[in-house]
Parts: sequence; C-alpha cells; structure tokens
Amino acid sequence: MMATTSSGTAKVTLPADDQILITREFNAPRHLVYKAWTTPELVRRWWHAKRGEVTVAEIDLRVGGRWRWVMVTPDGLEVGFHGEYRELVPDERIVSTEVYEGIPVPEGTPETAALNTLTLDETDGRTTLWLLVQHDSKATRDAVIESGMEDGLQDALDLVEELAVSLR
Amino acid sequence: MARAATTTDAFNAVAEPRRRQILDVLAGGERPVNDLVQELGLAQPQVSKHLRVLREVGAVDVRDEGRQRLYRLNGHALKPIHDWIAPFERSWSERFEALDDVLEELKKEADDDGDDE
Repeated sequence: MMATTSSGTAKVTLPADDQILITREFNAPRHLVYKAWTTPELVRRWWHAKRGEVTVAEIDLRVGGRWRWVMVTPDGLEVGFHGEYRELVPDERIVSTEVYEGIPVPEGTPETAALNTLTLDETDGRTTLWLLVQHDSKATRDAVIESGMEDGLQDALDLVEELAVSLR
Repeated sequence: MARAATTTDAFNAVAEPRRRQILDVLAGGERPVNDLVQELGLAQPQVSKHLRVLREVGAVDVRDEGRQRLYRLNGHALKPIHDWIAPFERSWSERFEALDDVLEELKKEADDDGDDE
C-alpha cells in the first residue's frame, strides 16, 4: 500500500473581491473525499484542523437539508458554521450556503450566508478539490480570512487582492 | 503631480483590477510595456500610469534593454498580502492533513472489504 498521505498544503487564492478559492490534492479517490465531507463521524475527525475538537457535526444530506459544524479550541473559543445544502451530486459536487457564526449580526438584519461550491475531480485515483466560497461582500470575505489571525493588519481590511498566494 | 495617498502601499496598489492584471501577466516573466499594452487592451499612457503605481510600492522592477523597458515582478513588496492570508491558508492545510489521515483509513477499509468479497 502507498504510505504517502501528505499531498502538500492547501492553496488559497482570492479570485475576486468577494471570493475565496481553496484547492488541494488528495491521494484518494473522490468518493472517499466526498464520504469524509458528508459523514458526521468522519467530519469530526478532520475538520478540527488540529486546533481543537469538533463538538457538533450535523449533516442532513439532501437538498434543502441543514448542516452545522462547530469546533472548540483548547482555550474555549467556539468556531461554528451552519448552512443549507442547495445542490448535491454524489462524489462530485456540493453546493451549500454557509454562515460563519463568529461574525456578529446586528439585531433585525438577516444573517449573511456565503455560497460554497465544493468540486471533486479524480484522476488516476487522486482527487483535486476546489472549494469556492462566494461571500456577499468583500467585508465579510475579509472578516472570515482574518478570523484566524491573532492581531492582524487591520488597515488591510479593504485592500487585499488575489495575488497573495500565487506570487509567493 | 498630485498623488493619491491610497497608492502608497502594496494593498492599495493591487486593489485596482487592471494592476492585478498587469501583475498576473508579469507573474509569467519579464515583459516590455508593449506586451502589456496588447494583453490588457489599454492605451499605453494608462498602462504606464499603472506601472508607475506598481513601481512606487516596489511590486514591479524595471530595467532598460536597448530601446525597450522591461518590467518584472518583485514578490517582496507583495509579501504583506501573503502574510495576511497565510494564517487562513495554514488552518486549511492543517485541516486537510487531518483529512489525509481519515482518507488513508477509508482506503484501507475499502481494501479490506474487497478482500472479503
């Protein structure tokens, strides 16, 4: 059996002001990637990003069905997302809305959801994953990117663009 | 000449779509202005104006070769932008490393099931 598991780092690019695109290759066929993405017990085992524990992994896998994933960091910070499935093509494609629960919504305003499109493509038993996150605005997109930062470049909030990663 | 303060750092310099386009082209290698004019379909003065902004923040370097001015990318100036996105990218990398482990196990299970049949 192949022992290699590491397929490199995730690549994050910002194709438009209000988008994030995450890509990564996996040494596994795509039906397994799909399974890992849509099975609560499996989501619990990877979505923590080695930074805590997944405490909620709810998946109602049908169009119109809801999902909610929550993780808790060792210092007690809760990071949660939820949304609704909009399109499901087994082993190939998942379109869903995603609300980041870490951005406070002023009372009386509807929560803003991103639209996520997960695409899986398989070649020779390897899978390329694309996760395109379409936010409602640049401000929300930037807030999500900054959510993982300790201090952050606050002035950079409205100013950043796509080349970040491709020009490393 | 009046210069907007907003063009003095890399974040602002690349906030303009045309300038991002220029950087995209230069990511493929050093190019003369004429190439950029053609690729962008803009008038030369406009391209030159964008190039000036990019030069001011150090995002592109220029050198003369014969009668041509050649422009090339300087990744250093864009590092703050990369730094901004790096933690987000790192968390996804770690997430996917954990996913690698799960996938390895699923593959093994699939193989074992195959042997039983």
